[in-house]
Amino acid sequence: MSALTVSQLCKSFGGLHVTANVNLNVEPGERRLIIGPNGAGKTTLFNLITGELTPDSGSIALFGHNITRVPSRRRPHMGMARTYQIITLFPHDTIIHNVSLALLGLSALRWNPLIDIRRKTHLIEQGREALARVGLADIADRPLSQTSYGERRRVEIAMALAQNPKVLLLDEPFAGLSIDERRDVQELLLAIPRDVTIVMIEHNMDVALEFAERITLLHFGEVIVEGTRAEVVADPRTREVYLGH
Amino acid sequence: MSRRFIVFVAGFVALVTLPYWMPGVYYLNVSSQILYYAVFALGLNILAGYGGLVSLGHAGLFGIAAYAIGYMLQAGYGHPVAILTALVGGMASMALYAVLSLRATGIGFIMITLALGQIIWGLAYRWISITGGDNGINLHGRPHPFGFAINSPVAFYYTTLVVFLLALASVAVFVRSPLGAALMGTRDQPRRMTALGYHVWAIRFWACMFSGLLTAISGVLFVYYTQFISPQALDLTASAEVLLMVISGGAGTLFGPIVGAALVIVVKSVVSGFIERWNMLLGAIFVVIVILMPEGLVPGTTRLWRLARRKAGARASRKTELEAASKAEAKP
Repeated sequence: MSALTVSQLCKSFGGLHVTANVNLNVEPGERRLIIGPNGAGKTTLFNLITGELTPDSGSIALFGHNITRVPSRRRPHMGMARTYQIITLFPHDTIIHNVSLALLGLSALRWNPLIDIRRKTHLIEQGREALARVGLADIADRPLSQTSYGERRRVEIAMALAQNPKVLLLDEPFAGLSIDERRDVQELLLAIPRDVTIVMIEHNMDVALEFAERITLLHFGEVIVEGTRAEVVADPRTREVYLGH
Repeated sequence: MSRRFIVFVAGFVALVTLPYWMPGVYYLNVSSQILYYAVFALGLNILAGYGGLVSLGHAGLFGIAAYAIGYMLQAGYGHPVAILTALVGGMASMALYAVLSLRATGIGFIMITLALGQIIWGLAYRWISITGGDNGINLHGRPHPFGFAINSPVAFYYTTLVVFLLALASVAVFVRSPLGAALMGTRDQPRRMTALGYHVWAIRFWACMFSGLLTAISGVLFVYYTQFISPQALDLTASAEVLLMVISGGAGTLFGPIVGAALVIVVKSVVSGFIERWNMLLGAIFVVIVILMPEGLVPGTTRLWRLARRKAGARASRKTELEAASKAEAKP
C-alpha cells in the first residue's frame, strides 16, 4: 500500500489551472523530490495534500484512507506533518514553546484550560528531544526573536518531527540557508528513520538531488516527468523545462 | 520574580484594607466600580488581547445580563434565579455572537460584533414591554449571598472584590494552560495551528464563552451596584470604553486591563468632578499612552523601568571604572 496517493487532482484559481490532473504515488519510506520552476504549482500541491486548499476534483489517500474530505486539522492526527517555505512560527514565544505547541496539537491535553503547561514535563522533555534531533537543544529556552534564520528553519523541521509523522512534507527546507547551514539541514534530514516517508519540494538541486530517490517534475501544474533520480536528470524534458535550455 | 510577588502581595493587601484607608464612601464606591469594570475588561481581554479578536459589541452582552436581572426581579423571581438567568442569558448571547462573528477575523470580526451590539442596544431601546425603553428598569435591593446583606458600600465592595479576585485567578490559570497557549497560537499563526492539528474555530469559540461569562458577571455586579439599567449602559460608547481599558492598560497582559479600568473610571468619575471636559482629558491621556507606550501602560511601564535601571546600572559601573582609573593614575 502506498503512503501517499494523489489521483487526478485538479485545482484552478479562476482560469489558471494550478494543479492539472496530478497523479502521485509515494511508497512508504520513500524520499520523493518535487521540482519545477517558479509557479509550477508545487506549494499548491502541498496545500491540497494538507487540506489547506480544497481540490476541485480528484482524490488524496493516506495509507489507503481517502482523506480528500477530511478537514485539514484532522490530517496531522492521521500522521501527516508539514513545514512551510515561508517560516511560520510563533514569534513571541521561546523555541521550546513552539515545539511544545506542536506536541500539544496531537494531545488531548490541548483542550485543558486548567493545568499549567510548564508543569507538563513530559511535553517539555519530548520537545527537547525533538530539538536535539535538529541540534538546537542547548538554545531551547531562547525566545524565537533572538534566533537566526537558519535556526528558525530547523525549528520548523523540529516541530514537524516532534509530531512523529508517517508522512513528512517539506516545503523548501533549504531556502535561504548558507552552504554550511544547508549541510547541517541535509545531515539531519538524512538521519530521519525510514519509517517516515518524505516528500520534499526544493529548488536547490545540488543538495536535493542527493537526497531524493524518485523525482517528480511539475510544470504549469502538470507532472511532466517522473522516475528515479538518474532517469529524471537524463530526461531531455527536464533540461528543457527546468534548466531552460 | 520575588519583586513581582511583593508587588502582588502589596496590591492584595491594599485592596483588602481599602475601606479602612479610603477617605469617604464616595471613593469606596468608585473602587467597587473599578473592580467590576476590571472584570469586564478581563473578559474582553481574553478575546481582544489573547485571541486577537477585537469585539466592539461586548456592552451588549453586559447589558443582556443586567437586563435579565432587572426583568426577572420585576417579574417576581428571587435573586438566585435572576443571577442564573443573567449568566445563562449572557453566555447564550455570546454563543450566538460567536457563531455569527467567528466567520471572520480582524476588521470583519469587529464589524459583526459592532452590529450585534447595536442590535441589542436597539432592542433595549425599543422593546419597551421587556426593557422599559428609555426609562429603563429600577431594582429594589441587593441579594443576600449566604445570608450576608450587601447593601452597605463596604459589604458591596468586598463582594465585588471576591468576585474580581476569582475572575483574575481564573484568567491567570487560563493563560498558562494548554488551551490558553493554543488561543494565543491561533492569534499569532492560525494557519500553522490548523496544520498542527488544532481546531482553530473551536478554540476561539471556547475563548468567547469564557469572555462572555466574565462579561455577564460584571453586568450582574453593575446592575446591583447602580440599581438601575437603561440602554445607555450598552451603547457603542460603553463597548468602546471597555476596549480602551484593555488597550490602554495593555492588551494580552494579565494586569493591563485592571490598570486600564482604574484609569478610565477614575477620570470618568473622580476627575470629571473637577474638569468639565473630562472626555477630552481622557482622549489626551490615550494619545500620550499611544505615543509613549503603544503596548499599553503595564508592559510599557515595565519596559521603561528596565531601561532606566539598565542605564542607572551602566552609569554606576562607568563611575566605578572612572574612579578606579583615577586611582590608578594617582598612584605613580
